Amino acid sequence: MIPDFVRLLGRTILNLIQEAGAMILFLLEGLGLAFLPPFRWARFLEEIRLIGVKSTLIIILTAAFAGMVLALQGYYTLRKYGSESALGSAVALSLIREMGPVLTGIMVSARAGSAVTAEIGIMRITEQLDAMDTMAVNPMQYVVMPKLIAGLVAVPLLTAIFDVVGILGGYLVGVVMLGVSSGAYFSGMRESVVMLDVNGGIVKSLVFGLTVLLVACYKGYYTEHGAEGVSRATNQTVVLSAVLVLAWDYILTSFFM
Amino acid sequence: MIKIIDLVKSFNGQVVLDGINLEIPTGKITVVIGKSGVGKSVLLKHIPGLLKPDRGQVIIDDVDVAQARGRALMELKKRIAVLFQGGALFDSLTVFDNIAFPLREKTRLPETEIVRRTLERLEQMNLDPEVGNKLPDELSGGMKKRVALARAMIQEPEIILFDEPVTGLDPPMTNTVFHLITKTHQESSYTALIVSHDIPEVFGVADYVAMLHKGRIIAWGTPAEIQRHPDPMVQSFIHGEVDFLEV
Repeated sequence: MIPDFVRLLGRTILNLIQEAGAMILFLLEGLGLAFLPPFRWARFLEEIRLIGVKSTLIIILTAAFAGMVLALQGYYTLRKYGSESALGSAVALSLIREMGPVLTGIMVSARAGSAVTAEIGIMRITEQLDAMDTMAVNPMQYVVMPKLIAGLVAVPLLTAIFDVVGILGGYLVGVVMLGVSSGAYFSGMRESVVMLDVNGGIVKSLVFGLTVLLVACYKGYYTEHGAEGVSRATNQTVVLSAVLVLAWDYILTSFFM
Repeated sequence: MIKIIDLVKSFNGQVVLDGINLEIPTGKITVVIGKSGVGKSVLLKHIPGLLKPDRGQVIIDDVDVAQARGRALMELKKRIAVLFQGGALFDSLTVFDNIAFPLREKTRLPETEIVRRTLERLEQMNLDPEVGNKLPDELSGGMKKRVALARAMIQEPEIILFDEPVTGLDPPMTNTVFHLITKTHQESSYTALIVSHDIPEVFGVADYVAMLHKGRIIAWGTPAEIQRHPDPMVQSFIHGEVDFLEV
């Protein structure tokens, strides 16, 4: 006799595996359609505007405060060891390796991911995707593919903006407010940041961008049960993509270490 | 000719369609009637391949819809248009762009010709050209249905499927939509399948009527034949009697 909780655990794991498989197939189909005509440049640019450009302000705000708090924490920690001059490299490495890609991924998920899920979910429940299908227009190619590619392009660019603004935020607190030497702040950064750090950040941001948009599109595409279903799908998008971003971060960091 | 052969469809173990057999004659208007939730829309969605049957076939001119793939499926879809219950207009596009959408996506017509045809359809639906600049959210229910009909008509399909075309409309707008369906059918002679529970209006437009009940077609014939049908369930439905089994 198998206890109920074991059965429940087994069922949950099987469902998770099934959903992960379905998401991978969804991703492969979506990306595969990018190589088949018609090539939807206008749709792609529109998605870059919605996912990338419209997220810029929130990324700048988040990055500025993240850089500022990093500098503040870093300064008082480093001062105990008389190493305030290493503040620039501490801020830059933290931002480029970890905080830039991770916080950008999470913020894009909160702002654009939820909007993407709601948009596609509403298209699903109001039969707009079915309407497209009956016009012999593949909704995966018209709606989903441009969003996936836009995520792949926009998130690394947003991450770069995040890194630069974060470093400037750290400069504001570390140099302007706490009196660390400006030369030490930037020269420490130049010495400690190597291409591997930058490449690692780029790889992470590519993976996070694709993950966030995949979850958002998938949850929207398979929305059911009306307005409540859209609300549930949107919620799941934000939670699942944040968890996946952090999980991917650990996996990728262990590869780059 | 659309042939539906022994069509079975279940959702979560609940049988919705239980062996439907129906022939929809070419160039005629066939109306499927039945109570709400009986599976009329499910039946309709099998015809353009939006749903796959658990068993059975939908055959359109010797092509099995569920088996069609690639180019054959695309060619089939180009011959069919669907007017969905809520209109299913793309809410990010203007009315004009909604109507022009199938032409822009599926033809290589020059933009001037697309504009001409789109304006022609707006006029056919008695819609002012200014309406073309509005977004679907700014339209009334009746206008949405007319725009959706214009979009369905723009590629001059051979088959048009109407999913509850007048649900939620007031009586004058109901008559307007049915009048437009009749008028466009007379002009284009497409094959039409309408699913509706709007009695008696549908009898005015139908060439043939089929009644769906408990997953099966229980009556089929001309409107006059259906109105004289001996089955008490048919009589009860078309006369709008209270269904004590459902109360």
